[in-house]
Amino acid sequence: MYDIATTEKTVEQQVTKISARDVQVYYGESHAIKDVNVDIEDKTVTAFIGPSGCGKSTFLRCLNRMNDTIDICKVKGEILLDGENIYDPKVDPVQLRAKVGMVFQKPNPFPKSIYDNIAYGPRIHGLARNKAELDEIVEKSLRRGAIWNEVKDRLDAPGTGLSGGQQQRLCIARAIATEPEVLLMDEPCSALDPIATAQVEELIDELRQNYSVVIVTHSMQQAARVSQKTAFFHLGNLVEFGETGQIFTNPEDPRTESYITGRIG
Amino acid sequence: MTDISQNGSTPRKHGETLMKLTARTKRRNAAERRFQAYGIAAIAAGLLMLAILVVNIVGNGYGAFTQTFVTLDVTLDAAKLDKKGQRNLDDIKKVSTFGYAPLIQKAIEAKVAALGVKTDLKPKDMAALLSKGAPAQLRDYVLEHPDAIGKTLSFRFLANSRVDGYLKGRVTRHSIENDKNISVPQLDLTDQLVKAGVIEKTFNSEFILGSDASDQRPEAAGIGTSMLGSLFMMLVVLALSLPIGVAASIFLEEFAPKAWWTDVIEVNISNLAAVPSIVFGILGLAVFINYMNQPMSAPLVGGLVLTLMTLPTIIISTRAALKAVPPSIRDAALGVGASKMQAVFHHVLPLAAPGILTGTIIGLAQALGETAPLLLIGMVGFIASNPPDSLAAGLMEPNSAMPAQIYEWAKRADPAFYERAWGGIIILLVFLVTMNTLAVILRRRFERRW
Repeated sequence: MYDIATTEKTVEQQVTKISARDVQVYYGESHAIKDVNVDIEDKTVTAFIGPSGCGKSTFLRCLNRMNDTIDICKVKGEILLDGENIYDPKVDPVQLRAKVGMVFQKPNPFPKSIYDNIAYGPRIHGLARNKAELDEIVEKSLRRGAIWNEVKDRLDAPGTGLSGGQQQRLCIARAIATEPEVLLMDEPCSALDPIATAQVEELIDELRQNYSVVIVTHSMQQAARVSQKTAFFHLGNLVEFGETGQIFTNPEDPRTESYITGRIG
Repeated sequence: MTDISQNGSTPRKHGETLMKLTARTKRRNAAERRFQAYGIAAIAAGLLMLAILVVNIVGNGYGAFTQTFVTLDVTLDAAKLDKKGQRNLDDIKKVSTFGYAPLIQKAIEAKVAALGVKTDLKPKDMAALLSKGAPAQLRDYVLEHPDAIGKTLSFRFLANSRVDGYLKGRVTRHSIENDKNISVPQLDLTDQLVKAGVIEKTFNSEFILGSDASDQRPEAAGIGTSMLGSLFMMLVVLALSLPIGVAASIFLEEFAPKAWWTDVIEVNISNLAAVPSIVFGILGLAVFINYMNQPMSAPLVGGLVLTLMTLPTIIISTRAALKAVPPSIRDAALGVGASKMQAVFHHVLPLAAPGILTGTIIGLAQALGETAPLLLIGMVGFIASNPPDSLAAGLMEPNSAMPAQIYEWAKRADPAFYERAWGGIIILLVFLVTMNTLAVILRRRFERRW
């Protein structure tokens, strides 16, 4: 009995949520991402690290097709979400983005009330049948975003009036209000002070129980703190991908070691 | 990093006092002061010009808002106005304005006699102090109130423009030496009647509400009808240029791919904004009137032409407003799974709305003051008729517009019209300043900072 349970748990941990195969990204003439193959697991925090301009954000934005909004950006190769190619012509990016939520570098709440910020996603996706259900979703999302206690008395106040850290947690709550399966975070703490960063990191760790989280970060300490898997990008190549502990203590590739020890970047 | 200090290229020597300015610093400070002085001088020159303009316009146009009136008790003689005595409207209508003139002559003669004013003037010359429209005014009243025939009623008539000018200082005994329309004895009589309170100068609402009058009666001319013409044109401009302009801008800014054809469109829109308005006028003449057979002088056509003119302004300002919305808002909306159109209509457009409104109001204000294209489509007609009574009539029937009316008045020979042109300019400016102020207030009120 015990043995079987252990086996099951191991299997569950290795479920691949997103797998990228031979992904190439071009910005006009320049080749921004080269031959990236990576398997991102469910219920895991995966960190993308690398020097500025290495393509980690670009690759992140490929995962929910945010790059579609850039005219000159061309993506080749396959990115499979639960085995389905998200770049298939039949896939509507709008449906994809409901499944793959995103949190941006700069907190960008809508200039509306806190309530409307959260309720917007569920509204446009028709997740609530009435006001009571919507209220419930808003409360649940704000609780999961670890900001409910701070804003529960002023849900009608504008979201832009919150502090930077609160705004970012509001944005995280907004992203999870649409019940996504994957959460992409593009340097979510770069505009925050250390205290707010700690709060957001704690939140990311909690979110791991329900979502597959992919986080781009410039801070190697942050990657080491929050992630289980780490991918190191350099000049558009995925140099190394593996367990976070291994990447930071015993990297295989000399470029990874140089970056981690501060010699390139 | 530290090259500069190592090379010792700093102009200041070590140990030099800070209490004394070096020659170099003095020169720089002097240059700065000179530049500030130029700036202040430029602003002062601008303000001076503005002050001269305002004083000039108000000084010249103020007179149009007051008007001289003559109050007389007129006996509506039944024997003259309704010979059959049956109060039959058709019979009364047979008496033309010429039939009413003697009544007025009699009334003013009686008044002069009652006041004991001595004058050698004949009753006909006395009545010449009144507007040439006075008999018509009397006739209109009688046709409206046939029961008044046989009674003696008090009427307020417009004074002749010469009398009006005399009270306003425009006409003097010296200036009328060669004027056949008025004589020195008539001015003497005017003085007496002013003293007696029969002739008085009061506020003239007819100038703001009334319609244009013929060359002979500048005292009766008003800008009201052409104001309505302008209003209907602006309705057409607003109804067409706002939706078209905003739709075009949203498409170009948010949806259109970056391609050569969008660049061509963009360059053309910028060029259109700089095209002289008379070009739009001749285009309107050729397309709307000659080709599409729309009526001449109609506010509908004027509005269409002004729409063409306003569109580039609205498109440019709308695109600027859309551009000013930070991309992070679009990302946020797309990130939670909004479609592009939802992102634009739920988030971007509301944020850009104040900018769009400001641009629209400024575009409308520009269109309101535009004259040249209206000249070409014939909106300088002489419109003395009653104001349009319905929306369709307002759009399709010939009318004038405020700036065209001003141009028309400035063209006429009688100096009394000149005063009205200035008065019209005051009204036009009040509208423009109000609209622009509204635009500024909207911008201030709803401006957002990110």
